[in-house]
Amino acid sequence: MSKAVVTVVGQDKPGIIAAVAGNLSKHHINILDVSQTIMQNIFTMSMLVNLETLDEQFNALQDELNQLGAELGVTIHTQREEIFETMSRVSTQDQLF
Amino acid sequence: METKQILETIQMVEEEHLDIRTITMGISLLDTVAGDPKTTAQNIYNKITTYAKDLVSVAEQIEREFGIPITNKRISVTPIALIAGHATPDEMLYYAHAMDDAAKTVGVDFIGGYSALVQKGFANGDLALIKSMPRALTETDLVMSSVNIGSTKAGINLDAIKLMGETVMAIAEKSDTANAKLVIFANAVEDNPFMAGAFHGVSEPDVVINVGVSGPGVVKRAIEKVKGESIQVVAETVKQTAFKITRVGQMVGSLAAQRLGVEFGIVDLSLAPTPARGDSVAEVLEEIGLEQVGAHGTTAALMLLNDAVKKGGVMASQRVGGLSGAFIPVSEDAGMIDAAKAGVLSLAKLEAMTSVCSVGLDMIAIPGDTPATTISAMIADEAAIGVQNNKTTAVRILPTIGKYVGDMVDYGGLLGTAPVMPVVEKSSADFINRGGHIPAPIHSFKN
Repeated sequence: MSKAVVTVVGQDKPGIIAAVAGNLSKHHINILDVSQTIMQNIFTMSMLVNLETLDEQFNALQDELNQLGAELGVTIHTQREEIFETMSRVSTQDQLF
Repeated sequence: METKQILETIQMVEEEHLDIRTITMGISLLDTVAGDPKTTAQNIYNKITTYAKDLVSVAEQIEREFGIPITNKRISVTPIALIAGHATPDEMLYYAHAMDDAAKTVGVDFIGGYSALVQKGFANGDLALIKSMPRALTETDLVMSSVNIGSTKAGINLDAIKLMGETVMAIAEKSDTANAKLVIFANAVEDNPFMAGAFHGVSEPDVVINVGVSGPGVVKRAIEKVKGESIQVVAETVKQTAFKITRVGQMVGSLAAQRLGVEFGIVDLSLAPTPARGDSVAEVLEEIGLEQVGAHGTTAALMLLNDAVKKGGVMASQRVGGLSGAFIPVSEDAGMIDAAKAGVLSLAKLEAMTSVCSVGLDMIAIPGDTPATTISAMIADEAAIGVQNNKTTAVRILPTIGKYVGDMVDYGGLLGTAPVMPVVEKSSADFINRGGHIPAPIHSFKN
């Protein structure tokens, strides 16, 4: 496992990015790319993060971010990057895994 | 990567019910045959619980990592009639219980392969297995059964059809729901991951992972965006959507196979509904422009849908197999239930629809006083459509004792609910009672 996408969707308020980034930093997870926008008053952010050092702890990170999402009143998805890549590309799986 | 693309994927799962319907592990039982049924049954239990012990945990971890639900984890095995060639009907129960126990031990949802292939005639094991069905399907919980009674190459075994009509009634007398676990096929496929008809064909490898995808809700949402545009735009939209759905199946299947250390078999490119609103093939057909499924035009819309799903999916996966196409079970599809209740969708229309989609008369409740020969005749009609057109057809029909046209029957969970549908009351008995064998069609002689 190498990269994951963390998606945050919900009502905008101060501190969302800080809280999510802080949590990732605690786990020594490097953020590779961030894209954030407000779509119809809904805060939407996706982060590409590097999981190279976190292979074993994916589940723990996901649980923690789910909990953080509940505290912030937003929905946080943590998913491996491949699902987004795969859906719109023609390539054999050998190249992905 | 674009945020829009990421959100689209998340929306497909959260709002449009995109899921991997099933990861099915096919396991060959050919090496479990021993001298007596009890030892063979033990060997079957041991082999299944060894190979499939990590199936559920691997699938659940993949669900987590990708955020995509894998609704069912299943096992299919070699048709038991081949393994139990010398068993009596009573001894067959050992095999059914071995399958059921093994499935419960490893925690899968269903196990398929309590099956017989009799398109050309009965061997001892075939007859014993069919005779054991009323007990096997009511005394076990997770065992699924199928019988292949015809093929384009072999023709149609009318004796088997007569026997299966009687068997369906015998099962109905013991249970309202057990017939949901029995499919009667023509041109059955050997790598089908979907239940109740999954079995592991004799030409398959020792162990294999097959995947069935689903996502009628995703297709419906995509078609909503091309309202009023010409029909080829609809076909193109379905194709592109099917591509995306199938890619997920291909990825999940190959990853699961890799983690389980077994070969990856096929992706079954199917649109399989559930009783949930928004996860309905009927609603897709209605979105194409029908006021309600069952209206004139339904067969044409279904033909387009079925074909476009295949065209989109073929490019998205390495190997395609199984049934591949749109499923039209009545009880498992909210839109079909509505149309059947309203009297818009008839058995005759459903039969026509099966000539252009991937399965057959599926999950249809009929009155409990329907004669067995009428059920046999329905099976014969479906088999004729399949055999003549080189496609798989199937019958999974649910006569319900004490219920009449208009009553509702509840099957629970993914099996849904169905209104009892009217059956033509004229007799087909003299036709079915002739017995014998309908010859293979002329175009099957290709050598």
